[in-house]
Amino acid sequence: MASAFPIEVKIFMKKRQNVIIKGTKEGLTLHLNDDCSFQELKDELDEKLSANERDHEKRPLIPVKLETGNRYLSEIQREELKSLVRQKKNLVVDEIESNVISKEEAEKTRRENEIISVARIIRSGQILEVQGDLLLFGDVNPGGKVIAGGNIFIMGALRGIAHAGCFGNKQAVIAASIMKPSQIRISDLINQTINRVRNDDNHEMECAYINHQEQIVVDRLQGLIHIRPDLTRLEGGR
Amino acid sequence: MGEAIVITSGKGGVGKTTTSANIGTALALQGKKVCLVDTDIGLRNLDVVMGLENRIIYDLVDVVEKRCKPHQALVKDKRFEDLLYLLPAAQTTDKSAVTPEQMKTLINDLKQDYDYIVIDCPAGIEQGYKNAVAGADKAIVVTTPEVSAVRDADRIIGLLEKEKDIEPPKLVINRIRNHMMKNGDMLDVDEITTHLSIELIGIVADDDEVIKASNHGEPIVLNPNNKASIAYRNIARRILGESIPLQPLEDQDKGVFTKLKRFFGAK
Ligand SMILES: Nc1ncnc2c1ncn2[C@@H]1O[C@H](COP(=O)(O)OP(=O)(O)O)[C@@H](O)[C@H]1O
Ligand SMILES: [Mg+2]
Repeated sequence: MASAFPIEVKIFMKKRQNVIIKGTKEGLTLHLNDDCSFQELKDELDEKLSANERDHEKRPLIPVKLETGNRYLSEIQREELKSLVRQKKNLVVDEIESNVISKEEAEKTRRENEIISVARIIRSGQILEVQGDLLLFGDVNPGGKVIAGGNIFIMGALRGIAHAGCFGNKQAVIAASIMKPSQIRISDLINQTINRVRNDDNHEMECAYINHQEQIVVDRLQGLIHIRPDLTRLEGGR
Repeated sequence: MGEAIVITSGKGGVGKTTTSANIGTALALQGKKVCLVDTDIGLRNLDVVMGLENRIIYDLVDVVEKRCKPHQALVKDKRFEDLLYLLPAAQTTDKSAVTPEQMKTLINDLKQDYDYIVIDCPAGIEQGYKNAVAGADKAIVVTTPEVSAVRDADRIIGLLEKEKDIEPPKLVINRIRNHMMKNGDMLDVDEITTHLSIELIGIVADDDEVIKASNHGEPIVLNPNNKASIAYRNIARRILGESIPLQPLEDQDKGVFTKLKRFFGAK
């Protein structure tokens, strides 16, 4: 009886795969079991990748996608897996996909996707900063500044500084009823002079965005429909 | 229980002291009991403009440091029957001699005995400004039609709007010159009011008589026939709750008149 037990376990462990490798058109996808310990996972990963290892010296890099299921990986653990894979000659981790994110990340995503509305005049010397989109009912006066992780919509006059996409989002736009900024920034681009797509002074609402030439330009608000269709968030709204 | 109005601007030389002297005097002309307080410690000149310099014995710092009672430091304006007083600033010490808390206590004490406390604020946004606004219930921001003055006024309005105990500030545009506005060499009244987005309580023309009067220690508002004087008197009446249209300066843009609604609420 006692001698049979370890054999049974061994069979069981053989059955249960912690790492399943699948080849796709894009490269390899590794499905990682989310039930075992992280150490077990690493061991098996190392083992399996080594088994598959051939002499690929001259072959191009194969992108690898890791699917971690419901396992939450810390930044350190992600790096560990990446370097483990990278050690296998021509493999490189392209993407790590997980069903779970930390509360903190969820909070951050929520903040970055939120539209914050503010009814106020941003006066000289004042700074208003939001993580997501900003909807301002009021003016930004000369010497005042608004900063947003996302887009900036000003129902009023922009005469000061506006910085949209401050975390690097180049798709971010700035719209204002009166576009007379002292400076416009989108992502890491800065414009002191305003490049207008048109040269009429219609007193229409205008918007600023980064065009294909990587320049900030100002156009009629209506142009946004074509340039940034993603601004529509209504499901099935297009 | 009276109310305290601080006269401020951010930028120096735009007419805070002139406005304080004239509004204070105009309120006294309306029969109100008024105390002018000069908080520009080290650079006092409200006393000079009021012609009361020679009669100063104690000053604001003496009161705050309890070297004398408030009433001992108050200089009475003899042109008025017991209606107009001045608490002069100290000339010798620096601004840090007084704290906002001390000012608040002092202004609250004065409010027991006077209808209006008019506080002349120094330029800047530092200690002197903080002292001046500490005890105030209302604020008047003075600007001239110059870009830099308007910019500083905007900054000050932003700070005043953060003060929980002060009502939304009102605007005085001082030293208006019609020919320059007409030529577009100066900001016009509409441009300034749309930029600052606060209620306009008066516009005062640029007039050499104002300077002359100040130099003689006789605020212009004592002269009943001068245009600037009428402008200051009207500001005082608006403070008292009267609703009077803005003084029509020649060639003045019509848009301004409709902007003027009721000032300082009905009392
Ligand atoms: N409406 C006016 N017309 C002409 N001169 C004026 C007017 N208002 C103020 N001044 C002058 O401008 C100068 C600065 O005014 P002042 O009241 O001392 O400014 P502040 O207290 O803001 O520094 C003074 O010489 C004053 O006489
Ligand atoms: Mg002064």
